[in-house]
Amino acid sequence: MKMFVCIKYVPDTSEAEVKVNPDGVSVDSSRFSFDINDADNYAVEEAVLIKEAGEGEVTVLSIGPKQSDVMIRMAMAKGCDRAIRVEDDRIATHDPLMVARVLAGAIKGQECDLVLTGCMANDDWHMTTGVALAEELGVNHASMVKKVEVLDGKVKAYRELEGGLLEAVEVDLPAVLTIQTGINEPRYAPIRGIREAQKKELKVAGLDDLGIDAATVGADASMVVLEQLYIPEVESTAEFIEGEPDEKAEKLASILVKGGLV
Amino acid sequence: MGKILVLAEHRQGALRDISYEMMAVAPKLAEQMGGEVTVLLIGSGMDDLAAKMVAFGVNVLVIDDPLFKDFNADKYHKVLSALIDDLKPAVVMTGHTAQGVDFMPALAVEKKLPFVADAIDLEFKDGTLKATRQLYSGKVNAVLAFKPAETYLLTFREGAVEAPEASGSGSVEKVDSPLKEDLSYRKFVEYVEAEVGDVDITQSDILVAVGRGLKEDKNLPVIEELAKAIKADIAGSRAATDAGWIPHDRQVGTSGKSVKPKLYVAMGISGAFQHLAGMKGAKTVVAINKDPEAPIFTVADYAIVEDMFKIVPKLTEKLKELKG
Repeated sequence: MKMFVCIKYVPDTSEAEVKVNPDGVSVDSSRFSFDINDADNYAVEEAVLIKEAGEGEVTVLSIGPKQSDVMIRMAMAKGCDRAIRVEDDRIATHDPLMVARVLAGAIKGQECDLVLTGCMANDDWHMTTGVALAEELGVNHASMVKKVEVLDGKVKAYRELEGGLLEAVEVDLPAVLTIQTGINEPRYAPIRGIREAQKKELKVAGLDDLGIDAATVGADASMVVLEQLYIPEVESTAEFIEGEPDEKAEKLASILVKGGLV
Repeated sequence: MGKILVLAEHRQGALRDISYEMMAVAPKLAEQMGGEVTVLLIGSGMDDLAAKMVAFGVNVLVIDDPLFKDFNADKYHKVLSALIDDLKPAVVMTGHTAQGVDFMPALAVEKKLPFVADAIDLEFKDGTLKATRQLYSGKVNAVLAFKPAETYLLTFREGAVEAPEASGSGSVEKVDSPLKEDLSYRKFVEYVEAEVGDVDITQSDILVAVGRGLKEDKNLPVIEELAKAIKADIAGSRAATDAGWIPHDRQVGTSGKSVKPKLYVAMGISGAFQHLAGMKGAKTVVAINKDPEAPIFTVADYAIVEDMFKIVPKLTEKLKELKG
């Protein structure tokens, strides 16, 4: 089984203050900490599990800056075999359809039975790239997958629907599966794996190296324009309880008790 | 200007909320674009559902065929592809749901049409369609402008708007399926219902819910102590259930449970929209989070900006004291 796992280096903004740059179309990411996208981390684990259950080879594919090499090495430390990092500032990364086209261009011409990727990126929330990638490659897909069974020439994928319901589908290989968080328990990279990962191949490629015409994946090719980013006004009608931590706790306790809430 | 084609979503015989919610969005867009709304229903045995949608004063196009007894992304893709050629709609809109995300990106690639996912607001002005969507944990809004095209494709977020009251009447038109045969390469197998746990959190009066801020499961005992003191059940966000700290059947949110307790205490939960959607039935919400920008505060009645672990032990102690 020849597999690709597509991963993205994303900022953790869950507890960070986010500021829009003066250009109005980018955010100041200088103080963010970056790591592998949550769902992609599960995709890496699933690819390695499939490899370990049979035989196969896993290629990590990522579009991103040199700083993301640490994430890519970590995926190889967990068992992925080689990696391609695409770096080219001509890619219109605001449009997941352009991103999908670049990923497809990097995969085309190589043996590929199964592509795994996270179902959503934590930074831009499109849930689009994986399914678009399948169409670019002309292969089958299933999205938001919470369980995978590899069968003969096909996979049975359990898709997560709303309300915890799962939809089981069978798709013929080759296929792209977009992986939902919680599908497995991502491992920590073993020390030996970390050492071995340093020796594994990490190819850095631009669009020209991959034979992708930059005009087909740039801002002119994209059919959507990112016009503006802004911080939405947060309307909170909450009563904010102030004071030292202990005071806050005590005030909240009396509000709950006096209000008959507990 | 042409049609705003809205795919009504249904599952296991019932329309899903997003189908109604889009009835608040599509007519407004139709007015701005000078077009009309057509609701598309694809399925088998669609008469009742068609009647429900027509009550919104829209025209309903029905493809009623045993081929569509169960959802199949590739079949939907093929039908919409044929309808785009045939009807040349100005907009094709679906929910940003497990259904919509499973075929709309592929449809956009195949038809070479512009696509925006997860829109929360739409406006057509001076000849340009613009969509607003969220980025970076919901802390930033992005405005995307579609370049001029025959048809614009988009998915709209579930729960972003209130469904309107149904009023008016329209027509129902049945058309033959453009797809004539089953597909060999993708098959629906079955639905698997969510596992049932020891506690049904949809019935709980008081819920103490934890998120990523719990950090690790060895921190659970302080939360359990608080829960015990106020006779609450413990629930979790997706982050907490994915990490294995809280059982999956106690996940609050779009992909988990929708809860309606009298009191919901959210601790270390940032409040992604999927989580907020699952707890909107809560009567009183207390939120404790160290990030003052956390979206959870937008739905809170009482808020504390602080690390949860600096609050919980004292809170538990004081509650025990006050309650005797």
